[in-house]
Amino acid sequence: MLASLAGVLFDGFAYGMLLFLLSVGLSVTLGMMNFVNLAHCSFAMIGGYAAVTLVNSFGWPFLASLPIAFLAAALVSIVLERALYRRLYRATDLDQCLFTIGIVFISVAVAAYFYGTVQQPISTPSYLRGSVQLMGMNFAAYRLFLIVIALAIAALLVYSLEYTRFGAQVRAAVDNQRMARGLGIDVDRAFAVTFALGGGLAGLGGALAIEMVGLDHAFAFTYLVYVLIVVAVGGLGSIGGSFAAAAVLGISDMAGKYYFPWLGAFLIYLVMAGILMWRPAGLFGKR
Amino acid sequence: MESASRYLEAQIRWRRLETVFWLCTLLPFVAAPAYLQLASQIAITALFALSLDLILGYAGIVSLGHAAYFGVGAYTAGLLAKHGWGEPLSGLLLSGILAGLTGYATSHIIVRFRHLALIMLTLGLGLLLYEAANSASWLTGGADGLQGVRIRPLLEMFRFDLYGRTAYAYSLVVLFACFLVSRRIIHSPFGLALRGIRENALRMPAIGAPSRAHLRKVYSIAAILAGVAGALLAQTTETVSLEVLSFGRSADVLVILILGGAGRLYGGLLGAILYMVARDQFSGMNPQYWYFWIGLLLVAVVMFLPNGILGGFAKFLQRNT
Repeated sequence: MLASLAGVLFDGFAYGMLLFLLSVGLSVTLGMMNFVNLAHCSFAMIGGYAAVTLVNSFGWPFLASLPIAFLAAALVSIVLERALYRRLYRATDLDQCLFTIGIVFISVAVAAYFYGTVQQPISTPSYLRGSVQLMGMNFAAYRLFLIVIALAIAALLVYSLEYTRFGAQVRAAVDNQRMARGLGIDVDRAFAVTFALGGGLAGLGGALAIEMVGLDHAFAFTYLVYVLIVVAVGGLGSIGGSFAAAAVLGISDMAGKYYFPWLGAFLIYLVMAGILMWRPAGLFGKR
Repeated sequence: MESASRYLEAQIRWRRLETVFWLCTLLPFVAAPAYLQLASQIAITALFALSLDLILGYAGIVSLGHAAYFGVGAYTAGLLAKHGWGEPLSGLLLSGILAGLTGYATSHIIVRFRHLALIMLTLGLGLLLYEAANSASWLTGGADGLQGVRIRPLLEMFRFDLYGRTAYAYSLVVLFACFLVSRRIIHSPFGLALRGIRENALRMPAIGAPSRAHLRKVYSIAAILAGVAGALLAQTTETVSLEVLSFGRSADVLVILILGGAGRLYGGLLGAILYMVARDQFSGMNPQYWYFWIGLLLVAVVMFLPNGILGGFAKFLQRNT
C-alpha cells in the first residue's frame, strides 16, 4: 500500500513536471501581454516531431535531439509572433482565442498530413529505459531523468527571473505593462524573447513527452486543456504557481486514474472549476 | 424618451430582405427534396448558433462550452422518448426548460468572471458535463450513445419520415419561432442594455442597469434555445450520441457564428448554411484536412473580416452608397 502510494506520487510528480515544462512559457507570456495563446501546445508538437524525425530518420541520439527540439519550437514561435501574433495584442479575447484555435486546427492537420495519425515511436538510450533501485523501491529511470531536467530548468528560470536584468524587465512588464513601458523598458522585445523561450520550453516538453504519454497529431488539442488548467490554476505570470499547479495536477490525475478509474477526467475538471471559483486569478495569481 | 422608443421601433421593423430570406428557407421542399435531412440539420445548427449569438454577440460572454446546454436538451428529449414519452412538442418544451434551468444554475458562476477565467470556466463546465455523461453510461449509454429512442408522430398526424420532410418542417418552424423571440429580445430595452454591457461592463451599473442580473437572464434564455436545438436533433434523428456534449461541437458553433458574423441576428443562420453545406460537399474529405481549411478560415476571418461575412457585407454596402 505504502509502496504503491509512493509509486503514484512519483509517477504523478514526473507527469506534473512534464506539464510544467509544457505550460510555463504560456503562463509568463499570458501574464505579460494578456494574449490568450491556445496554440501553445502546437509548439510542443513541433518539438516532438523534430525529435522524432531526427532520431528515427537521421539516427541522432535521443539526448542530442532535445536541444534541436527546443530550437525548432523557439524558432517557429518567434516567426509566428513577429509575423502574426503581434497584430492581435490589442484584439479582444474572442479574436485571440479564435485565431489561435485556427492555428491549432492547422497544425493538427499539417501533422496528420506529414506523419499520419499514428502514435510516433521514439527510441531512448538504454540507460534511460530500465529502472533505478532506491530504498527498496523501483523508479523508472526515464521519469527520474524527466524530473531532474524539469527541476534544473525551474531553478534556472527562477534564477534568471529573479537575479538578472532581463528577468527584472520581464517581472516589471508582467506586473504593470504600461508602467514598464513608461520606464523605458522595451516590453515588445522582452515579450518576443520570453515568447520564444516559452515556445522552446514547450518544444522540449513535447520531445520529452513522447516516451511518457506518446505523440500523435492531436497532441495540440489533448494537452491544451491540461496546460490551460495549469496556467489558470497556477496564476498568470507566476513560475512558482505553474510549478505547484503542475505538480498537484499531475499527482491528482495519476492518483485519480489509479484509485478511481471510473471517474475518468471528471475529478480534474471539478478541481479546476472549484479552484477558479474560489480564486479567479489562480492560486498564486496577483490579478 | 420619445426618440428612444422611436429608435427601437425603427429597429424592429421587418425588412424586405428578411422576408425574402425566410421565404427562401421554404425552397428545399420543392427545389431539393433529396436534401431535406441536411436542411433540417442546418436549421438545428442555425438555432444553436443563434443561441450562442445572444450571449456572445450581444452580451459579450465568450463561451467555449456552449454544447453543454445543447447536450442537456438532447439527452432530456432522448431519455423522455426512450422511457415512453415520445410526444415531440411537450418533449421539446421540457428539454428547453431543463436546459434553461441548467443554464440559470451555471449563470451564477459564469457572470462573475471575465477574460481568461471565463473562457476556462465555460470550457471546464462543458468538459465536466461530457465526462459525467460518459461515466453515467447506465443513463446515457456512454460512448455507445442512447439507443431505442422512439418519437411519436408530430401532432399525432405527421410521422418523421425517412426523407426528412416532417423533420425539416418541424425544425424550421421551431427555428422561426425562436428567431422571432430572439429578435424581439434584442430590439427591446433589455437588448440595448445587453449591448451596453458588452461595450463596457463597468459603466452600465453606473447608469442604473443591473449588469449581472441582465447577464444571468440572457444566459438562461440562450441555454433554453440551445436545449431546444439539442432536443430537435435528438427527436429528428432518434439517437443521441456523446458527441452532442463534445468540445468539438462547442468549437464548431463558435466557428459558424464568427464566420457568419456575431452580434447580427442573421450571422449564425448564414454561417450555419455555409458551414453545413460545405461540410456536406466535402464529406469525402478526411476530417483532419477539413479542419485545416476551417483553421485557415478562422485565421483569415480574424485578420481580414473581424465582423464575419455579414459585417464585411455591411461595410461593403456602406462604402458603395
